[in-house]
Amino acid sequence: MKIVVCIKQVPDTTEIKIDPKTGTLIREGVPSIMNPDDKGGLEMALQLKEENGAHITVITMGPPQADLILREAFAMGADRAIHLSDRKFAGADTLATSSALAGALRKLDFDLLITGRQAIDGDTAQVGPQIAEHLDLPQVSYLEDLKFDGDKTFTMKRHIEDGYQMLEVEAPCVVTVISSANTPRYMSVGGIVDAYQKEVEVWGFNEIDVDEADLGLKGSPTSVYKAFARGLKPAGELYEVSTDEAVGIIIKKMKEKFIL
Amino acid sequence: MNFSLTKEQELFQQMIRDFAENEVKPIAAEVDEQERFPAETVEKMGKIGILGIPIPKQYGGAGGDNLMYSIAVEELSAVCGTTGVIVSAHTSLCAAPILEHGTEEQKQKYLPKLASGEWLGAFGLTEPNAGTDAAGQQTTAIEDGDNYIINGSKIFITNAGYAHVYVIFAMTDRSKGTRGITAFIIEKDTPGFSFGKKEKKMGIRGSATCELIFENCVLPKTNMLGKLNKGFGIAMKTLDGGRIGIAAQALGIAQGAIDETVKYVKERKQFGRAISAFQNTQFQLADMNTKTEASRMLVRKAAYKKDNKIAYSVDAAMAKLYAAETAMEVTNKAVQLHGGYGYTREYPIERMMRDAKITEIYEGTSEVQKMVISANMLK
Ligand SMILES: Cc1cc2nc3c(=O)[nH]c(=O)nc-3n(C[C@H](O)[C@H](O)[C@H](O)COP(=O)(O)OP(=O)(O)OC[C@H]3O[C@@H](n4cnc5c(N)ncnc54)[C@H](O)[C@@H]3O)c2cc1C
Ligand SMILES: Cc1cc2nc3c(=O)[nH]c(=O)nc-3n(C[C@H](O)[C@H](O)[C@H](O)COP(=O)(O)OP(=O)(O)OC[C@H]3O[C@@H](n4cnc5c(N)ncnc54)[C@H](O)[C@@H]3O)c2cc1C
Repeated sequence: MKIVVCIKQVPDTTEIKIDPKTGTLIREGVPSIMNPDDKGGLEMALQLKEENGAHITVITMGPPQADLILREAFAMGADRAIHLSDRKFAGADTLATSSALAGALRKLDFDLLITGRQAIDGDTAQVGPQIAEHLDLPQVSYLEDLKFDGDKTFTMKRHIEDGYQMLEVEAPCVVTVISSANTPRYMSVGGIVDAYQKEVEVWGFNEIDVDEADLGLKGSPTSVYKAFARGLKPAGELYEVSTDEAVGIIIKKMKEKFIL
Repeated sequence: MNFSLTKEQELFQQMIRDFAENEVKPIAAEVDEQERFPAETVEKMGKIGILGIPIPKQYGGAGGDNLMYSIAVEELSAVCGTTGVIVSAHTSLCAAPILEHGTEEQKQKYLPKLASGEWLGAFGLTEPNAGTDAAGQQTTAIEDGDNYIINGSKIFITNAGYAHVYVIFAMTDRSKGTRGITAFIIEKDTPGFSFGKKEKKMGIRGSATCELIFENCVLPKTNMLGKLNKGFGIAMKTLDGGRIGIAAQALGIAQGAIDETVKYVKERKQFGRAISAFQNTQFQLADMNTKTEASRMLVRKAAYKKDNKIAYSVDAAMAKLYAAETAMEVTNKAVQLHGGYGYTREYPIERMMRDAKITEIYEGTSEVQKMVISANMLK
């Protein structure tokens, strides 16, 4: 089986702050990580590889420093890594991002394409489904578990709002995985030692199969009108009092605010 | 000259930090309190290669180097001194001498299982009457056909009971003193080999420290490590490497204490402000950090020299001496900056101070390190 996993480098948003004046992210000193859902997707691929045997390619589109997550993927057990990097890809919104990724995927042969459900920075959850549309492949989003029958068919468990959906899907197909699907493994020490000996293939516009007009700023119909940070709420007041007293305080406060 | 880690080393450090934070730190207090050997951590470390960092791939190791190994011990010790010494004794004192002095058969037999963590390793040199004066070995190995018969005991052996493979030393020729000591590899289930009492310790309480007892223990000659009567040199060379591991452990403990203290002094308020606003606090922190960073440079320099096959025994002694004394000083100051809270088991600081002390004692006391350093100056 051949599996491709799309991975994205994101700022670790658990450590991120937003500049209240400009409304932009303060990136300084914020570590970059592999997007958590994508790590879950890679782990799913690695488990499939252990159970059924598979060849895993990881692919990312991003600036040169995104090389780090490809090395990390090698150290976890990926077999091949492709880095999409070209000035023509710059300024892409989700549609142009998915066009570029689809352009690369047309050059690859795969049975299963895994993306994360959502990136923790952009947060749109659009790229996976858009790729499936570009390539005209069946897609299953919010995937939590997946089994392969060894031939052609995947049995999938999909997380939906009030329960699960079980599906059977034939290869080739696209899935978007949620990070709660599994606990990703650590990179192995031996894998890290090898990760920088292996070659990351860097692909530009010439290596992929896509219309130039669909790429970068030109291929991006979205434009950001304004970005702003929500104001911080002031710290609450803390009273350590008996229940009766507490009720009294709450009622008084609610009256002050004309809630009661 | 370059003081930065390579990308590979940085990625490795990030992985070890994640592992330490998620798998080791959460149980560190409990392991100390219960004096419990963290077997589950050993298994997890084996699985991802932490127990075979400097062992070449051909013997099932990760194919890394001593610098990576020192980073691993540092990062693990920053959250748990016990875990740091388990890895250090296993790697430096058992796997390393087998790699360096073992026959091809011995390497094939022991290294892959040591690297994967299936077998843990230990090292038995110290005896009740042979501590700093390691030459005073009383354990004997008497030749008997194709075997040696071992009698005697070893004391204070790290990982004892949990380890499967022990590199031990015994007198093969009493008349020759240090030139009559031979090294052997002995497995846990060998008849005549048993364990004595487990020590109750001040620090690194999750690490097993136990007596080894040999009563007419029959060892095939193929278990001899290195040549006959060359054991003392093997022991000393092994300890040179081990000191990098213990220096890294001390460094990690100091760094761990600094990390906790920086967090604490920003939160704790007295006289209407955070205690970090007092100049005394700031100056203490500056001293703690400077000495810890100096320790790090010494540790990495010693590891670098070992990796590049440059004589490093004085560097390892300096690294261990300085890092151990720094760990003691820094953890002591860290408790002071935590006030009464630091003295309680609510905070990890008192544990770090107890853990730090051993680094001044084992694998050569600080006095021994000074002997090594000065002997080289005066030769
Ligand atoms: C209007 C607009 C303008 C933008 N302009 C820029 C810009 O100028 N420069 C810039 O750097 N960014 C820009 N971005 C951000 C960038 O386009 C998105 O981050 C990117 O399209 C992915 O979208 P997302 O983060 O919402 O991912 P989601 O759709 O939430 O991601 C889902 C999954 O798709 C896969 N995936 C997503 N992105 C990638 C990728 N790059 N490589 C591999 N797999 C991926 C991952 O598996 C991921 O889990 C812009 C975004 C918008 C909306
Ligand atoms: C927790 C723990 C784990 C250990 N793990 C191991 C292990 O895995 N394997 C192993 O073989 N050993 C191990 N040891 C033993 C350890 O290496 C010895 O305790 C150490 O070498 C000191 O020996 P000693 O305890 O006999 O002290 P002594 O040698 O009795 O020393 C007492 C004091 O006298 C000083 N001293 C001695 N001789 C001189 C001198 N000539 N000049 C100046 N000062 C001197 C020492 O520096 C020390 O301060 C361990 C010990 C402990 C406590």
